[in-house]
Amino acid sequence: MALATIPQAQDATAPPPLTLVSRDGRRTVPTTISGGRELIALDDIAALFPVAVREDSLAGGFTITYRGKTIVASADQPMASVDGRIVALPSPITRTGRRWLVPVEFLPRALGPIYDRKIDLRRAARLLLVGDLRVPRVSARIEATGPPTRAALAITPATPVNIVAEAGRLVLTVEADALEPVFPVTASGLIDGVRIGDQPNVVVIALDRQAAIPRTTIATADNATRVAIEVPVAEARPAVPAAPATDPRLPLPDTSRLPGLEPQPVLQTLAIDPGHGGDEVGVRGAGGLEEKQLTLDVARRLRTLVERGLGVRVILTRDDDRTVGIDERAAAANNGKADLLLSLHANGALSGTPSGAEVFYDELDREGLAVRSAVAANSVSLPVIGGGTRTIDVVPWELAQARHIDASATLASMLEQELRQRVPMGQRPIQQGPMRLLSAANMPAVLVEMAYLTNAAQEKAAAGDEFKNAVAQALYNAIVRFRGYLEETAAP
Amino acid sequence: MSRRAKIYLAALVLALIGVTWALVRLFTEPRPAPAAAATTTAPAPAESAHITATLFYASSDGRSLVPVRREVPLASTVVDQGRQILTVQLQEAPQPYVQVIPEGTTLRAFYVTDRGDAFVDLSGEIVSAHPGGSLNELLTVYAIVNAVVANLPAVQRVQLLVEGREVDTIAGHVDVRRPLERDDTLVRDGRDGDAPPQEDSNPRK
Repeated sequence: MALATIPQAQDATAPPPLTLVSRDGRRTVPTTISGGRELIALDDIAALFPVAVREDSLAGGFTITYRGKTIVASADQPMASVDGRIVALPSPITRTGRRWLVPVEFLPRALGPIYDRKIDLRRAARLLLVGDLRVPRVSARIEATGPPTRAALAITPATPVNIVAEAGRLVLTVEADALEPVFPVTASGLIDGVRIGDQPNVVVIALDRQAAIPRTTIATADNATRVAIEVPVAEARPAVPAAPATDPRLPLPDTSRLPGLEPQPVLQTLAIDPGHGGDEVGVRGAGGLEEKQLTLDVARRLRTLVERGLGVRVILTRDDDRTVGIDERAAAANNGKADLLLSLHANGALSGTPSGAEVFYDELDREGLAVRSAVAANSVSLPVIGGGTRTIDVVPWELAQARHIDASATLASMLEQELRQRVPMGQRPIQQGPMRLLSAANMPAVLVEMAYLTNAAQEKAAAGDEFKNAVAQALYNAIVRFRGYLEETAAP
Repeated sequence: MSRRAKIYLAALVLALIGVTWALVRLFTEPRPAPAAAATTTAPAPAESAHITATLFYASSDGRSLVPVRREVPLASTVVDQGRQILTVQLQEAPQPYVQVIPEGTTLRAFYVTDRGDAFVDLSGEIVSAHPGGSLNELLTVYAIVNAVVANLPAVQRVQLLVEGREVDTIAGHVDVRRPLERDDTLVRDGRDGDAPPQEDSNPRK
């Protein structure tokens, strides 16, 4: 909806606009500052709310009517009559040219009492809330610069929150309609900043390039949800010390809400890589479906299935439409200590004929084969506090996949078997190739081409929920089977 | 022997004498003066010679690479021959095949190291105009790699560069940061992408 702009006096300054949040969505509400008071135009109120506004030029004022109830206000008066009761306003109602301006407090104080939904103005957060909405207050502070950098978030009142580590940031999705942030947090240590995300219920913590995936814990007390965040420094490149199975793993965001969690599960973290994004569209079908859209959509569906069904922490290498470098994607999985990486893609061909899903795992070249055979020889034993030693494999970053290639082949086979039961498969359902992302993944990793968007029938199918759910379910089933494989191979 | 037969025999002897004289003259007389060549724009004999090279294009269904034998100008050095091969490889594909290298892609440089690694430096169109997809990207990469390795015995591996620089990938999937060996996994001999691979193929293990 286009809103009329407010004619501003010469000494007026335009503050950041208010955001009206309701069940119907969000709208921007322009305001202006005059005489130290924030004002809103009556025209804009009439555009935002289904009220009848009538100017009474003889009386030098106006009336607002809503469902038989009336507000009467006069020029230069810091008050209004609301359904027969006088309500004080912090500044007078003014007239500039042909427009009426009222203080923003007019909305909760005057319109609120006659409107059938609650109107709540939170000026500091620049929010105008209409209706019964869940808008908890979120405060953030840096507790230690570190490293590791420690930060604390408090959500009041207590509200469930889901945390996802992505490349270069931590995304906290709060079960709310919007958030009232008590920011800003200036860059400190390995945290570059805290801000509200693209969605009004999302907090994004931007991480420094040196940061590894943070450890997070969630606790609820005193009617507040508190999130403790610890951001360690990323492991040095190019050598990636492979984590032994006994390494401490990241705690789950909220284990109390994640059923089915074993004390020391072999599969604790899953990395999902929605291929392409931002400027990198990937394949674009003739019908307009873009690979980057499909991969993100299926990745989110799979994340939901895995989080709910397995209680496994999920890392998405991107959770919005943005360009992410391949090294960033690999770093998100490696630094997040993911036990498994699924890279999601859609294929393209030079004719409309090829169709079907295909699964790729990495192909080792000479160097990779050499690394595979030399991993044991290059192991380094380090003393551990309390006695004994711990073996660290020193593997070049770009050849990290070498030690996982057999597990990746097993994973590819399981994925192919599960996909085959639900979606059409390609002529070469399992392939090996020198895939850039997979070669840098320090865990079992595969790339799934879900369908050919250059095939008209496949593009049409891929745009629908049925196909996307079928792929997500097949991937989920394969992950469950692969978890069993990991448990078998990890058993003494 | 009849009179007619004698006439035929005499004519044959005369013809043989004539051919022999012409051949002796051809190999004993000096070649025409180079001044003639200097005054014309006709290519030198070495430039007009050709080799038959194996180049790679997509099958009409876009599923596979098909080896196609084409005439390529003969060059005097390995590097020059490589340039000639790639120049033809980048041109339009012969019917019914499909070009797997994006239109507008040009060869910026080609050189070979002592270790047998060839560097193929291509213009940015190979990335910016690429249609995407793992299959297409594999076809593009291995059309170039295979075309160089298949026709230049001195080359074992091919390093792709774009605008003079190493790149991660051409279209987001295939690792081209390091030199690649010839790979015939996607090669099919014939127009039908479903046909079995050719006998001299070297499939990935």
